[in-house]
Amino acid sequence: MATTMHCDIVSAEKSIFSGAVQMVVAAGSQGDLGVSFGHAPLLTALIPGPVRLILDDGKEEVFYVSGGFLEVQRDVVTLLADTAARADDLDEAAAAKAMEHAEKAIANQGAEFDYSVAAKELAEAAAQLRALRQIKK
Amino acid sequence: MAGGKEIRTKIASIKNTQKITKAMEMVSASKMRKVQDRMKLGKPYAHRIRSVIGHVANSHSEYQHQYLNNREVKRVGYIVVSTDRGLCGGLNINAFKATVASMKEWADNNIEIDICAVGARATTFFNNFGGNVVAAVRDLGDAPEVADIIGAVKIMLDKFDSGNIDKLMIVSNDFVNTMTHQPAVNQLLPLLPSDEEDLQRHWDYLYEPDAKELLDSLLLRFVESQVYQAVVENNACEQAARMIAMKSASDNAGELIEQLGLVYNKARQAAITQELSEIAGGAAAV
Repeated sequence: MATTMHCDIVSAEKSIFSGAVQMVVAAGSQGDLGVSFGHAPLLTALIPGPVRLILDDGKEEVFYVSGGFLEVQRDVVTLLADTAARADDLDEAAAAKAMEHAEKAIANQGAEFDYSVAAKELAEAAAQLRALRQIKK
Repeated sequence: MAGGKEIRTKIASIKNTQKITKAMEMVSASKMRKVQDRMKLGKPYAHRIRSVIGHVANSHSEYQHQYLNNREVKRVGYIVVSTDRGLCGGLNINAFKATVASMKEWADNNIEIDICAVGARATTFFNNFGGNVVAAVRDLGDAPEVADIIGAVKIMLDKFDSGNIDKLMIVSNDFVNTMTHQPAVNQLLPLLPSDEEDLQRHWDYLYEPDAKELLDSLLLRFVESQVYQAVVENNACEQAARMIAMKSASDNAGELIEQLGLVYNKARQAAITQELSEIAGGAAAV
């Protein structure tokens, strides 16, 4: 019985991953969701966060996406990311710094403060850290 | 020496032209690798989003986005992607020919046409040709960004939204390989469903969050990515076409120089022979 499905992760810049997986765990706009073989067709927006793949051989791989769309067909999962990176490539120190920076910006709001930009930066930095912690587990 | 000097200046001027075409050929050859890489990197995304959209068009959603509905066609929009600069062989003209041929079918049925010109060449051509150019972008350079084309695309999408146009086509050159570029006229909106057989049954997605919000942003992203990919691909075609055009120009210049060299030598020898026979004739007379 087939228990694996094909998964493609593409970002606007390049193709990040393509191969057979048992399960995909991603951060949907309504909360984290897991998809395995035979899932009903689904279309969802993604928020910045980690995407965890459980590969054919049981190994795990973690990616970071900064938002995008996830499409599930019977045996194909397609992830259209805005930008995506292998979580290994993320820099924890840089992410922590970016988060601190964004938090500080929100705390001391100046005259030309753009809340939505700062909030987005904060969310992305937090999501990157979340992706990194998942790898370490 | 009859014509000897004229021939020499002609050869010198052709040599200068050859230098320029050779330089342009080499510039294009080096740019070509970069733009081809850019095209290849963007391809998987454009391809995937097209297949997702093909699935969406096949689904039976309770929310019918207007990009999915076929309306009676009263006015058609064309996004024509061209280059900013010339000297790239028949690349632009072939694309314009394909556009005009496709437009003629609509015009024969009294359907009006709006044009969005991407690239300076398309703007000039359709202004002269007499098209109704409603939007134009130019000077995109070798590394176009999505942000550069969004404005022009939005004009066309707004027109589609408000029912001003009922079909949106995109014309650009397909990059088959370095030597071959194929002008292609594709329908962008309304979306064409994919023809996979197992999708023909009645089904729908689960949408998270709701269908409207999701489809709105997904479809907008789709149109942007398709136009962007067309621009990037056209860019790759431009550099390849320019390289080929300049290569053949350099080769032709080389041939011309060779032939003129022969003519020049003949003229020179004829002059020498004539001089000799004149001297010999003169000596005999004395």
